[in-house]
Amino acid sequence: MGISYYLQFPFAQHALEAAFLVGLSCGLIGPFVITRNMSFAVHGTSELAFTGAVAGLIVASNPLAGALVGAVVVATLIGLFGQRAGERDSSIGVILAAGLGLGVLLLGYYHGYASEALNILFGNIFGISSGQILVLAVIAVAIALALAAAWRPLLFASVDPDVATARGVRVGLLGVLFLYVLAITVTEAAQIVGTLLVLSLVITPAAAAQRLSASPLVVSALSVAMAVAAADGGLLLSFEFTSVEPSVPIVAISFGLYVLARVLGPALQPPRRVQESVIELAELEHD
Amino acid sequence: MTPVMPDPAPHAASVLVELRDAAVKMGQRTLWSGLDLTLRQGEFLAVLGPNGTGKTTLLKVLLGLVPLSDGTVRVKGAPPRRGNPELGYVPQQHAFDRSLPIRGRDLVRFGLDGHRWGMPWGSLPRRRVEAALQAVGAAAYADVPVGLLSGGEQQRLRIAQALLGDPKVLLCDEPLLALDLASQQAVTRLIDERRRQAGTPVVFVTHEINPVLPYVDRILYLVRGRWAIGTPQEILTSERLSDLYGIEVDVLKVRDRYLVMSAEDQLPTEPGAQPHLHHDHQGEAQGHQRGYGDG
Repeated sequence: MGISYYLQFPFAQHALEAAFLVGLSCGLIGPFVITRNMSFAVHGTSELAFTGAVAGLIVASNPLAGALVGAVVVATLIGLFGQRAGERDSSIGVILAAGLGLGVLLLGYYHGYASEALNILFGNIFGISSGQILVLAVIAVAIALALAAAWRPLLFASVDPDVATARGVRVGLLGVLFLYVLAITVTEAAQIVGTLLVLSLVITPAAAAQRLSASPLVVSALSVAMAVAAADGGLLLSFEFTSVEPSVPIVAISFGLYVLARVLGPALQPPRRVQESVIELAELEHD
Repeated sequence: MTPVMPDPAPHAASVLVELRDAAVKMGQRTLWSGLDLTLRQGEFLAVLGPNGTGKTTLLKVLLGLVPLSDGTVRVKGAPPRRGNPELGYVPQQHAFDRSLPIRGRDLVRFGLDGHRWGMPWGSLPRRRVEAALQAVGAAAYADVPVGLLSGGEQQRLRIAQALLGDPKVLLCDEPLLALDLASQQAVTRLIDERRRQAGTPVVFVTHEINPVLPYVDRILYLVRGRWAIGTPQEILTSERLSDLYGIEVDVLKVRDRYLVMSAEDQLPTEPGAQPHLHHDHQGEAQGHQRGYGDG
């Protein structure tokens, strides 16, 4: 009973498809998240997917729909409360705390299996129907198209908001749109690895990719490759070692790739020249 | 008989920026008002004044980001608009994160198509970026992450970025801030080169006039809602600046440098800085910060 045994079952095939779709979306959005300094927003929106999912269970017995609606609500709140970058993290903290409290309250009103709600925290990749795969696929394609369309101005606005504004880029509008894409991606990922471990597919692969290249396109390609490798690779490993939850090997692969990238990174980057900044420092001390 | 006025038409073509009786309000406060300014082909205009007097706001007006509260403004004969490709913009240098995955060439490329939708494909843009990098002498570090570049290197990239769009007017917002002397000269020369070769007029916001003095045609000096405009010789005099600041100010010319002193604080300061208790050390302070960061 190893990988090949499990792969004949639809639940395992669905899980692999879902992991691929999630890895794709997370890998794509990751570099933008890091460039925009929004790791905490990922954490906040993913934990609040729990509240949305519990609400979805109560209202319509559909945690994914609840989590997606919740994600849009959360993104709107973060957009409204945290318009200035300086106050964004604190407002996410406020929204996160209030939202989690609401989630615990809702959990008290939910009379189904508590495990179904807790699945959202740790991920449940094996309960995915073909209908849900279709939803995940539509979301993944929409996210990929949105990011491809907004690529240049979004990168410009993320790297250099002042100059982008001077060039006519709608920096504020792009920021809000990005928040929605982020919230939906994170919610999708929470289905697979759970809200607590979403960072392992959004942040870790992108952070590893940044260690290996400085080209934005190469970083994105590496980030997608590593996120998919972690999601699908971890899942396959869990078929071999059935006593562990799939999220464990997923996180392990993702973290392992990051460590590897940190070790190999310096050898791959172009040599870093320091002479001119040394001259500058000397000039300043001379003043 | 009515006097025959000279026909302004032949000159109108060379006027690229025109403000008439222009005023800007920030909330209740009027930054400046009644401003008349005409910028012609090939002109180098330095904008001086203490912090918070609306120097950068003037650039924002031209960029279509801040509306006038009064008066009119024309850029190449038309009202300002957001994203006007005829304006090149050079900001002050700032510290990028060292791990930011953006190379010099990526930063320059933003100047070509960073504002357009879609992905950065295509070999024609790549060749244009390459040529722009060569032109400012930045090809050697085009592939280095921007977070690892010195301020001077970064500003060369900024100029390449601004020139890629083939601007008709260059707007520079303190591009020399926190640069060492050699980099200040190199950056100023690049801007001046563009002006001489293509006739692109320059609006240069600065709090230090001396590094750009050899290139400056006229100075617009803004002080707390009041302003004066003219050649450096006309503006940088004790009478004009005392009148503008409303306190006694002495302007000294030492060799090729101007020093502004006020009776209230005997420290010599660069023209542009506020010559009394609010003396502006911002540039120097940032320079030191960056220096320590690099070390």
